Amino acid sequence: MLTIRDVRKSFQENEVLKGVSIEVEKGDVVVILGPSGSGKTTLLRSINFLERADSGTLDWEDIHLDLKHASRKDVALIRKKTAFVFQNYNLFKNKTALENVMEGLTVARKVPKKEAEKIAKEALDKVGLSERYDYYPSQLSGGQQQRVGIARAVAVNPDIILFDEPTSALDPELVGEVLNVIKTLAKEGTTMIVVTHEIKFAQEVANKVVFMDGGFVVEEGSANEIFNHPKEERTQQFLRRILPDYDYAI
Amino acid sequence: MDIGFIVEYIPLYVEAAKLTLGIGLIGIALSLIVGLLIAFIQYFKIPILRQMATGYIELSRNTPLLVQLFFLYFGLPKVGIRISSEGCAIIGLCFLGGSYMAEAFRSGMESVEKGQEESAFALGFRKSQVVRYVILPQALSVSIPALCANMIFLIKETSVFSVVALADLMYVAKDLIGLYYKTDEALLMLVIAYLIILLPISIVAAILERRIRYAGFGN
Ligand SMILES: Nc1ncnc2c1ncn2[C@@H]1O[C@H](COP(=O)(O)OP(=O)(O)O)[C@@H](O)[C@H]1O
Ligand SMILES: [Mg+2]
Repeated sequence: MLTIRDVRKSFQENEVLKGVSIEVEKGDVVVILGPSGSGKTTLLRSINFLERADSGTLDWEDIHLDLKHASRKDVALIRKKTAFVFQNYNLFKNKTALENVMEGLTVARKVPKKEAEKIAKEALDKVGLSERYDYYPSQLSGGQQQRVGIARAVAVNPDIILFDEPTSALDPELVGEVLNVIKTLAKEGTTMIVVTHEIKFAQEVANKVVFMDGGFVVEEGSANEIFNHPKEERTQQFLRRILPDYDYAI
Repeated sequence: MDIGFIVEYIPLYVEAAKLTLGIGLIGIALSLIVGLLIAFIQYFKIPILRQMATGYIELSRNTPLLVQLFFLYFGLPKVGIRISSEGCAIIGLCFLGGSYMAEAFRSGMESVEKGQEESAFALGFRKSQVVRYVILPQALSVSIPALCANMIFLIKETSVFSVVALADLMYVAKDLIGLYYKTDEALLMLVIAYLIILLPISIVAAILERRIRYAGFGN
């Protein structure tokens, strides 16, 4: 469905993506793993043009784009087909939970207010926030804010949701509620790319795992292949580091 | 202190106060418009206009209003441009105030975290929609204390208008002192007149700031 090829991106002298390719089929849950600084965020941001790649192509059904030269219209098109869930939620602080979810519909997609409200409420119900419609972000816990972030993404009915470490900013006791919501979406067939360090979650929902390091895709495969039979030394090292009792020989 | 003198000349001060306040308010309104326009030019990084805006801000902030008024009132006629006293006063105040208001708006807009802007872009907002729905509503509540302070500053600055022969409060006071040597009375009325104009504005500003602080989106 979506193919990104040979994405390169430098910040000044620092080459962060050195030719990364990634393929997503409808219904895929692609988990991207990798040490901090390996370019995972930059890759996700290049897909919806929050970052302008230096080179690379994007093919999505009948859309074929050059990432560097994509026009404003193309950018708008890709942004309508995707949704992004940020590490720091990035909710609109001056809007209630409900308004946060409605805004993407009423402002960017010109959905009538009544209809947007209905869709937004359904999305908030889905993430378990039916009691929190009228709360401002400052009145919600981190886990609740991130669930609003997810509802906001779901409400616009995107073809793919991009998650950038959705639980990294959360206190440990709040991680579960957010992961559960994402798991539910995954099980319903939502196509998604998830950058995360939550290995158990990845093992459970990912049908494809991509390991990145130093601006390259080092290894990719099914969850079973990557977690249980990693071929690359760097993948093994990484898994050993984040899973102290990890034994890939099993 | 000559109470009779004070009572006799109160109407003169009232007229002058009306003029000061009227021109002050027009100047402030125009400053707000100029300030907002400049803040937009800077936010949208509009080429050429942006460099012009920077130049204007430097010029406006680094020259005294008195000098600006001299230029308008005595300088421009030399090249054939003649502007009335009121016109000079309004243009001068707006020229001065525009840059201060622009800075107030700009710092408010910059206070909104980049992340909110990005999530709006990711949802498909255009840049103008980001400004309208995300940045401005939050920026305004941050900017209001600075905007209020600027308004009070600008009203005070009106005290130099007498140099362009505008019959404002300062002008009347100087006149009375010159004609009758009633310095104490004239100055007392001048101070009171400015207090009567500025105190209500200060009080309204303080209330506004308080309400905004407490209306802060659920904080
Ligand atoms: N806007 C930026 N300007 C300069 N350097 C950046 C910027 N964004 C990311 N980087 C750098 O790019 C590298 C990869 O960052 P990132 O994509 O965030 O990695 P990850 O998400 O895997 O931790 C890091 O070294 C980071 O410092
Ligand atoms: Mg990251």
